[in-house]
Formats: sequence, structure tokens, C-alpha cells
Amino acid sequence: MESNVTTQAQPSKMEALRQKWALIWKGIIKENPTFVLVLGMCPTLGTTTSATNGFGMGVATMAVLIMSNMAISLIKNVVPDKVRIPAFIVVIASFVTVIDMLMQAYVPSLYAALGVFIPLIVVNCIILGRAEAFASKNGVLDSALDGLGIGLGFTLSLTTIGAVREVLGSGAIFGLSLGIADYMPLVFVLAPGGFLVLGFLMVLFNKFLKK
Amino acid sequence: MESSLKNMVVVLGTITLISSAAVGVVNMITAEPIAAAKVQAVNDALSLVLPPYESVVSQSDESDGVTVTTHTASQGGEVVGYAVESASKNGFGGAVRLMVGFDKQGRILNINVLEQKETPGLGTKMCDAENPLLASFKDKLAAEVKMSVRKDGGDVDALTAATISSRAYAEAVARAYEAYKVAAGLQSEANAVSGATQQTEEGGYDGE
Repeated sequence: MESNVTTQAQPSKMEALRQKWALIWKGIIKENPTFVLVLGMCPTLGTTTSATNGFGMGVATMAVLIMSNMAISLIKNVVPDKVRIPAFIVVIASFVTVIDMLMQAYVPSLYAALGVFIPLIVVNCIILGRAEAFASKNGVLDSALDGLGIGLGFTLSLTTIGAVREVLGSGAIFGLSLGIADYMPLVFVLAPGGFLVLGFLMVLFNKFLKK
Repeated sequence: MESSLKNMVVVLGTITLISSAAVGVVNMITAEPIAAAKVQAVNDALSLVLPPYESVVSQSDESDGVTVTTHTASQGGEVVGYAVESASKNGFGGAVRLMVGFDKQGRILNINVLEQKETPGLGTKMCDAENPLLASFKDKLAAEVKMSVRKDGGDVDALTAATISSRAYAEAVARAYEAYKVAAGLQSEANAVSGATQQTEEGGYDGE
């Protein structure tokens, strides 16, 4: 498939593959939604009380992001500029509702753990942000890859924040107790600890990124 | 793309139509599995708090604005236990909903928290397999437990730093016990209030 970001007339196969890979990679590192773009802070702080919750939220967001990016890339040429945002929101909200119902029907145990977070995906500005900044200007495959990259970046960030908060706050990792729960400062599970962990991880991330 | 009134109405209308149609279709497909999953969830909760049973009869009642559902389980025509779905609206983060299993003698078999929005790491400990709240009730005769936390003069060990959550838990169990007493025919609904008062007075003596 011809890529719109590719400016060279006829890139070699290897070159094209490298560019697709770069598209995914940039979502994880250079345009990491949490630590670099600083988007979607509400679900980030709200759902990272444990590594498992952060991971679940990340994966659900990634699924919506890939699908909405592809759909928006497909309809980008027929949507008039002035109703762009309402049209994108309708598409995103429909995907979230569909995922919500499918999860409720076929994976009720996962839904019980994540149920409250799923509808929140609609208002996650990462989704609308990528629709506006990328999918509405690029082809379907590139948009899907961008969704995958940003989704992976979001999932990894949330899992990391969740893991740090879980270890520091409740002395466990992915729900497995490390047997040190009684000595850990509980504040890391609560909102103030969320801000602290997010801030320090952001500093670390950007320090290594600059090198 | 240039915007005109006509193409805006047409495009937005079409997108909304297609989206709602898609959501409607998925809703039709998933309505049955979702209902089945809910029934399955209730059955799973029942089997956690009840001895083995064949059939169950459910009845819902309203008490102080909280829906209390009593499931009477029978095996071979004989009642083997009661599971009461009860709730308290006074949790730290909203309602605490739980299911309490009683045997015929009024012994509390198990308590399973169905729904809570308490503070992670504090109030959420009420869901753990072994926690002081559950230990205060499990395998005890409900009539002999004074169902309020020790701070309030009861027999229930509260969770550390989660007194409000613990109070809600105790309140929900106490409400379940009232429903159990009615279901088991220990007393009529009219006597339920005086029965609770009496129990409070009895409990006052054994406070350590």
C-alpha cells in the first residue's frame, strides 16, 4: 500500500518496511502518549492503582485506537471540515460501546475488573488527538500502525506506572503479594502517589530520551 | 473538504445512522449472552456462600431504599440454606453490595462482596479471602454477633484505617440477617425492628 508520509517516489521494500516499523516505534518512544505528549492523564492517574488495571486499560484503549484510526482514515475524504470533530466522536463512541457490550457478553470476568474504565475511553483525548493529528491525514494502514504504536506506548506506560504504584503502595506486583504489604506507604495507591510516580517517571523517561 | 449546510447534514446524518445501526445490531447479538452472564454471576456467587443445592427460590424486598434479595436454596425438597444479597449505601466510595450465606441454624457460612468502590488498598481489603471483617462473621451464629465495629461497641474487627468501609460492611450483613430471619420464619417482618433492638441489648454485656 502506498504510504502518504513517504515522500520518496519509489522506496525499496526494505526501506518501506523500516518506515512502517518507525511508525510503531515512535508511538512508544518519541511520541509516547503519557510521558512525552502528556495526553489522557485522567485515565492514566485513575486506573494505575495496580499493574493489571493499567495493562487492561492500555489494551482496551489500544483496541479502540486502532479501529477508530482505521475508520476515520477511511471516511476522512467525505467528512466536511466543520463537522469533523462530531463525526469522529460518533465513530469513537460507537466503537467503545460495541467493545463494552462484547466484553460484557463474552469476557464477563475481565469486564467486572475493568467495567468502569471502558466507557471512559470515549473521553480519552489520545483517541481524538490521533484521529485529528494523524488518521485524518494518512492512509488506512499507516493509521492502523500509528494506533498500534501509540496504543503500545500507552499500555507500556500505564503498566509501568501501575507496577511502580502497586509495589510501593501495596507491596505486590500483578496481584502477587511480595509479603511486604505492611511496611509500604499506602499513599502511592491513592491519588497523590499517582501524581508523584507519574512525575518522577516522566523526568526519568525524558532524561534518557535526551541522551 | 469544503463544508456546506447540505453536505454537513448528509454526512453527519449518515455517520450517525450507520453507527447507531451497528451498535443496535451488536446489542441484539449480545443481549442474550449478557443476560446469561449475569445469571451465571449470581449462580457463582450463590455457590460460594451456600452448601450444595439443587434449586433456589429468589425473592426481593426493599428496606431503607436498599434492595435485599433472599435466595432460599433447597436440596431434595428440603431447605439447606439461605443466601441474602444485601447492601449498604454508606461505604466510603458509594454502595457496598455483598451476599451472605446462612445455614438453617442461622450460622453465617460465608460472605462474598459483590460490588464496592472503596479506596484501593484500604477498604478494598474487604474482598480479600482472609480479612478481619469476614473472620468476625464466618462460621458464627448470626444471633451471637453484635453487628457493629468495635469502635462503636460491637463485635466486628474493622479493617485498619477503613472504619467507614467496615461500618458499611457490618451494616449490610446486619441487614442481610434481618432478611434471613424473615425468610427462615424466625419472626414476622413487623417484629424485625424490636428484634434488632433486643439483640443490641444482649450484645452490650459481652463487650470486652
